[in-house]
Amino acid sequence: MSTHAPNGPAISARNLTRRFGKLVAVDHVSLDIPRASIYGFLGPNGSGKSTMIRMLCGLLRPSEGECTVLGHPVPRDAEALRTKIGYMTQRFSLWEDLTVLENLDFMGRIFGLDGKLRAARIDERLHQYNLDDRRGQRAGTMSGGQKQRLALAAATLHEPELLLLDEPTSAVDPQSRRDFWESLFELVDRGTTILVSTHYMDEAERCHGLAILDRGRLAAEGSPRQLMDSIDAVVIEIEADDVRGARRALDGQEYVKSVAQLGNRLHALLDPQRSDPEASIRTLLEKQGVAGKVERVRASLEDVFVAATGFNADEESSSKQAVA
Amino acid sequence: MSRIFAIASKEIRQLRRDRLTFGMIVGIPVMQMLLFGYAINFDVRGLSAGVVDEARTSMSRALVADMQASGVVKVTEYAPSIGDLRRSLRSGDVSIGVYIPADFERRRLIGDRPLAQLLVDGSEPTIENIARAFVAMPLPKRDGVYGASARQVFEVRTEYNPEKRTAVQVVPALIGVILTMTMTMFTAVAIVRERERGNLELLITTPASSLELMLGKLIPYVFIGLLQTTIVLVAGSLLFDVPVNGRLPDLYMAAALFIAATLTLGLLISTVTRTQFQAFQLAFMTMLPSILLSGFMFPFDGMPKAIQWFAQVLPLTHFVEMIRGVVLRGAPITDLGVQAAKLGVFLVVALAIATLRFRKRLD
Repeated sequence: MSTHAPNGPAISARNLTRRFGKLVAVDHVSLDIPRASIYGFLGPNGSGKSTMIRMLCGLLRPSEGECTVLGHPVPRDAEALRTKIGYMTQRFSLWEDLTVLENLDFMGRIFGLDGKLRAARIDERLHQYNLDDRRGQRAGTMSGGQKQRLALAAATLHEPELLLLDEPTSAVDPQSRRDFWESLFELVDRGTTILVSTHYMDEAERCHGLAILDRGRLAAEGSPRQLMDSIDAVVIEIEADDVRGARRALDGQEYVKSVAQLGNRLHALLDPQRSDPEASIRTLLEKQGVAGKVERVRASLEDVFVAATGFNADEESSSKQAVA
Repeated sequence: MSRIFAIASKEIRQLRRDRLTFGMIVGIPVMQMLLFGYAINFDVRGLSAGVVDEARTSMSRALVADMQASGVVKVTEYAPSIGDLRRSLRSGDVSIGVYIPADFERRRLIGDRPLAQLLVDGSEPTIENIARAFVAMPLPKRDGVYGASARQVFEVRTEYNPEKRTAVQVVPALIGVILTMTMTMFTAVAIVRERERGNLELLITTPASSLELMLGKLIPYVFIGLLQTTIVLVAGSLLFDVPVNGRLPDLYMAAALFIAATLTLGLLISTVTRTQFQAFQLAFMTMLPSILLSGFMFPFDGMPKAIQWFAQVLPLTHFVEMIRGVVLRGAPITDLGVQAAKLGVFLVVALAIATLRFRKRLD
C-alpha cells in the first residue's frame, strides 16, 4: 500500500512533456486519475498514448514536468513502484517459446511470489481467464484473444494496485474484447486502478474517465457523458436519397466543421455559434436541389473526438477519423 | 537469488526448445575439433614430396623408398636440380623437398655431417613436425653397409617460417578458441533478442534488477561452456591423443573463469547494440583479434609491444596461457594465479560496465 496520500489520485501528472528530437510526443499534459476506476487515453496512432504510459511506469524520462504514481515521484522512485503496478505492453511481450504455465510461473518468480502462493495465484488466474486447458500450450501458438488473456493474467499475478494497459485489445476479436472488459470491471470492483489506451470509441465509452489526446496535447478530459454533453459543436444528421449531392451542398461552408457519411445519412458537426443551424442546412440543400430530412441529434463520443481534435480542416482526414 | 534462478532456468528452457542453437552447442566444438584435428592429422599422411637425387646410388634410392614406405610422404616429382625443387616448393606443388647431394656416399662414410637435406614449406606450420620426425629416422638397413658412424640422416631447413610449434599445443588452446566463438555469441544476442521480441519492455517493468538480469543470463551459459570444454577434451584425447597432464579440477576452474569472462564480454556487446544483427557483427569483431592475438596461432612474444598490451585486455590471451600450463605442463592452477587474477578483473569490470550500461528504461 502506498504510504503517501492513500486517498489521493492514483496518478497525477503536471505539464508532462516528452520530446524525441524535434518531435513533441507528449505536450504539457496535466491530469489526475482517481483510484479504483478505469481511465482511458483515447487518441489516434501517434497521439502520445504509449509515450504517456511509458513515462508513467518509469520506462521513459519526461523532458519536462512531473508525475506521481501511487504517491511515488516517477521516474525517481520507479523501482519502488515495480511491485505495485502491472503493465501490459501494446505488443505481446511474454515468451512465445514458453508455455502458458511456464510464462506465469516465471512472472510469479520475478515478482517474488513464493511457492504455495505462486501456485495458488496461477491456478486462480488460469481459471479466471479461461486458460485452464491451455496450461501446456506454447504462448506463440495461441490466438490474439488468448494471448491477451494470458498477458492480463501475468500482469495481475502480483495483484497490482495500478494496471497500465497499452492498447490491450488491438489484436482481438469483438467477443474477446467484451470479455476482456468484463474482467477489467471485476478488477476495479476489487479496488484496482486501471489506465487503458485505446483507439476504439466503444471501449472509450466504457471508461469512467477519459482523456482525448491529439498530437501529444490533452484535447479534452472528463467522463464520456460529460464530454458528450459539453461538446463544442452542433450535431446534425441529414437523410437524403442523393447523399453525395447533399454532401456537395455542404462543401465550402465555413460553419460546417466536419461531415461524415453513414450509409444514406450524413453526420455533420456545425459551429455552435451559428443560430438556427437546421434552417441553414435546409437552405443549403434546397439551393443544390437535394431533398432530405434534417435533424439535430445527440453527440456521440466520436463527435466529441472529432470536435476535440480540431475537426481537421482537411475533409479527407476528418472522414478518416470518423470512420476510425 | 530466486529471481536469478528464475531467469537462468527460463534461459535454459528456451535454449532447449531452440533446436538449432542447442545442436550448435554440441556441433560447433565437434566440427571445429574435426577441422583443426584433420589439419593436424593430414600432414602425417601422403605429404607430396619432391626429390633431387644427385648421388644416384642404390643407398640414396633406398633412403627415398624408406621415406615413402612410412606413408608420411609420397614422392610426386623428381627434380633435376635444387633450384627446380625450390620452385616446386614455392608454387606449392610439393610440401617437402628431399635433397640428396652428390657426395652422399662420402658423407655416409665419414659421418660428420648430415647425409641429406629436407626442405620444408614453413608456411604450413605442422609440416615442421614431420620434418623433425624424419630427422630421427634411422638409416635404411641394407646388407649392413651402414655403420653406426652416421649420426644423422637429415638436416632440416625450414624455408619460409623459422618458428617451431607442436600440434599438441593447438588442441588445448582450441578449447579457448571454440569457447570464444560460442560464448560471446550466446550472451551478445541474449539481451538484444529480448529487446527485438518485445520481452524486454515487460522485463524492465518488473522488480528484477539489472544485476539479477545479467547474472540470470550469464550463469546458464557457464554450464554450456563447461559442456563444450568436456566435448573438446574428450574428442582431443580420443582422436588426437592429446594428454591432460594437469589436474582436471584445475582445468575446469580455469575454464569456468574464462567462460564467465567471455560471457560478460558478450553481455557488454548486448548492452551497446540495438539489434541482433549489430550484436553479431560486434561479436565477430571481437573474435578475430581475440583468436589472432591470443598466442593461439602466432607466438605472443613475437608481437609488437603495443599489440601485446592490447592482447592483455582479451580474455583468450590469458586462457591460452593457463590451459597450456595446465594441460601440457601439468601446472597446478595456483601457479597460474596472475592469469587467473587478470581474468577475474576482466570479469568484474565488464560485468559492472554491462550492469551500469543496462538501464531499466527505454530511452
